[in-house]
Amino acid sequence: MTRADVLVLGGGGAGCSAALHLARRGADVVLLERGLVGSQASGVNHGGVRQQGRHPAEIPLAIRSRALWSRMRELCGTDAEFDPCGHLKLARGEAEEAELLRWNEMAAEHGLKASMLGRNAIRAQHPYFSDRVVAGSLLAEDGSANPRLLASALARSAREAGATLLEHHEVTAIEPGFRVEASGREFEAPVLLNCAGFWGGKIAETFGEPVPVYPLNPNMLVTEPLPFFCTRNLGVVGGDVYLRQIARGNVIFGGGRGESDPALPTSRPLPEPAFAAMARAVEIIPHLADAMIIRCWTGIDGGMPDALPVLGPSRTTSGLIHAFGFSGHGFMLGPAIGAILSELVLDGRTDVPLEAFDIGRFARQTALAEDASKTRLE
Amino acid sequence: MSVVVVGAGPAGVRAVERLVAAGLRPIWIEEAPDGGGRVFQKPPPGFSRGHRALYGADHGRAFALHAALAALKPLTDWRPDTLVWNLRPGDLDVVSDGTHERLGWERIILCTGAMDRVVPIPGWTQPGVTSLGAAQIALKTQGLAIGRRVALCGTGPLLLLLAQQLTKVGAPPVLVLESAAWSTTLRAVPGLAWNPAAALRGMAWRAGLKVQTGAVPLRVEEGCTALRWRDSRGWEHRTEVDAVAMGWGLKPETQLADLAGARFAFDRLQRLWLPERDAAGRASVPGVYLAGDGASIGGSVVAELAGTRAALAVLQDIGEKPDPLETTLLDRALAREARFRRALERAFPYPHALAAAMPDETLLCRCEAITAAEMRASAAPEINRGKAATRVGMGRCQGRLCGPPAAEVLAQAIGCDIAEVGRLRGQMPVKPVVL
Ligand SMILES: Cc1cc2nc3c(=O)[nH]c(=O)nc-3n(C[C@H](O)[C@H](O)[C@H](O)COP(=O)(O)OP(=O)(O)OC[C@H]3O[C@@H](n4cnc5c(N)ncnc54)[C@H](O)[C@@H]3O)c2cc1C
Repeated sequence: MTRADVLVLGGGGAGCSAALHLARRGADVVLLERGLVGSQASGVNHGGVRQQGRHPAEIPLAIRSRALWSRMRELCGTDAEFDPCGHLKLARGEAEEAELLRWNEMAAEHGLKASMLGRNAIRAQHPYFSDRVVAGSLLAEDGSANPRLLASALARSAREAGATLLEHHEVTAIEPGFRVEASGREFEAPVLLNCAGFWGGKIAETFGEPVPVYPLNPNMLVTEPLPFFCTRNLGVVGGDVYLRQIARGNVIFGGGRGESDPALPTSRPLPEPAFAAMARAVEIIPHLADAMIIRCWTGIDGGMPDALPVLGPSRTTSGLIHAFGFSGHGFMLGPAIGAILSELVLDGRTDVPLEAFDIGRFARQTALAEDASKTRLE
Repeated sequence: MSVVVVGAGPAGVRAVERLVAAGLRPIWIEEAPDGGGRVFQKPPPGFSRGHRALYGADHGRAFALHAALAALKPLTDWRPDTLVWNLRPGDLDVVSDGTHERLGWERIILCTGAMDRVVPIPGWTQPGVTSLGAAQIALKTQGLAIGRRVALCGTGPLLLLLAQQLTKVGAPPVLVLESAAWSTTLRAVPGLAWNPAAALRGMAWRAGLKVQTGAVPLRVEEGCTALRWRDSRGWEHRTEVDAVAMGWGLKPETQLADLAGARFAFDRLQRLWLPERDAAGRASVPGVYLAGDGASIGGSVVAELAGTRAALAVLQDIGEKPDPLETTLLDRALAREARFRRALERAFPYPHALAAAMPDETLLCRCEAITAAEMRASAAPEINRGKAATRVGMGRCQGRLCGPPAAEVLAQAIGCDIAEVGRLRGQMPVKPVVL
């Protein structure tokens, strides 16, 4: 039996960051990860680091995380190739342009300064766009990073800070208290953090609080290296396509959904959404038409019907805190999620408002449409 | 019943032939403009060398295969110049001349063939360096020698065959490095119907070639002007060259089997992950059959037998009753060939130690320009993690070329068995496509 102050379930961005922040403050932490750290959503995502376009409830979280992204090297020894290249969100018509304006106004109340680019400005600055693009909103401090590097770097630093991170340890049984079984070993701690991504739903269910989480599999594509043309991270209103060009010239983009079997777990991209994403990309950037696709992929994130995570204390069990269901945009949030969890555990409170993420909301709003198409990806 | 055969090399032709004989009309897909496969690749239109000049001792088999190919095309849904880039249960995605199509399948025989297997060495990505297979195809199909002072490095029959073919056209190689030690080759002789050591030595002698056995290339100098190499006693040499061809056997093209969800197992002898299959060629997923070098390297004779056998398995599985004698004889022949093949693998093993020990500065992954040092520094616990950390295998070739040597480098760096570092996971598209 291994005893600890805190048990963390799941070694994605959220879990690894929690382990790091807790260990830095002297807590005795054990993290249990089924596979390798960062092998699920946190390691295979698009790498978008944006506050742009987020739900109002998520903006304080995103702002908190964005501050951590600037100090990533300090936090975990690498910047994970974070590049604050700006996130430019495009409107393909007047309705979408109005949507951008509305969001910018709302975000300004939180202190985020997005700037509008009108038809002429966008044409002048980005001559590669087609006429379909009528306007854009630029949040210059947003950007992108390399998802393949972040979770393992957080994990390395967490270990250096004294946390125990055990890979190939799948949690197979949990008893109140909490006694947890993984790979034939037993662990005990008074605090349990549920950072199990999509699979966090199953853990919540064991504690009598089921949530309507579904496996979200954003379909991703990458082209061969192309002549450099685009420095910004690009998105569109509605989120049906998003892309960025990395320094090597490859254009990485996504749109639509792949398929998965979370029980194994395994996921695979599908051709139809790949064609559709390509068509949408070409619609805004015509010269992508002949680009060769060298690889497609997807992953499994926890998707919630309202596209907001479950973040905060359990309603049924004291000592249990949930942090999962990031609905396709939790890579950017990971660093802050860990910081917030460490505050909830060690201080009993945090500055970031969490009401909107309460797990109890599903019991209250049973009528919520399970319309997953609203989900904003990136 | 929708039966698809992918590939029109020796395995594909014989598979289709047997299906057609049973009254089926398969969809037959070939990536190249025409069939024949690599071994019996036809010259481009306008070149007129005869079968004997092109295929040497095998010209009879080449002729027969080409005849079968021509006869079968009209009896099938023949689709040359067509790439299968994705395969899922029940359907597959193809592209031909920019046009995409989705096809359904109930049974599919994958006869996807093989590609050259290389060991990266410093300088290997320069113009002037090519693979043995590519050098042979240039010679075979267009009568082109890759240089005036050619060095050939590799192992196995193809190495000497190419040396001999180059000599014949008046461009004898200045250097032939066979990585297998003489003693290794000799030890394998009892398993072979012929004595490769003696045969090869005889062949080399007749061609007036001096072959260095137990010798490996170390570095191609700047501009491909010289090759540094090491002989069997450990002495280093420098030979001036203007072209280098390298190849250590072949590697099955298993990406479609991977996408089909076939289970793979590590083959110790070939030091490769290969799709599992039963003696008839059935993969671990229902409806998927494997034949020829795309399943496991066996050469063209085995490929022809295995193609027929896989077609028979399809027929058996859809309730036909082929003559049991036919299957018995085929199974026997395949078992005999398999024993021979294993001996040949032992005689000319992949020089994994050379791969594992490649100098730090070697470009391990040429698509992404990643060095061996970067892979070593990743100290990843398995190869996909190594890929994630370094980008090895993320470029155009998707690890088809660099995957196996990368696994050797990583296994050595972290001190574990090669099988434990696993294999790169495949994804669609199997080759770059425009969507
Ligand atoms: C293809 C794709 C593209 C995306 N693009 C972006 C983007 O551009 N920007 C952005 O901000 N977000 C993006 N996201 C979303 C983002 O990746 C996720 O929201 C985020 O990584 C979730 O982190 P996590 O730690 O909650 O989950 P995960 O990274 O999935 O981690 C959960 C971990 O828990 C482990 N686990 C589960 N059950 C158990 C158990 N019983 N025992 C032990 N361990 C267990 C899993 O193995 C896993 O490692 C994308 C997601 C995907 C899939």
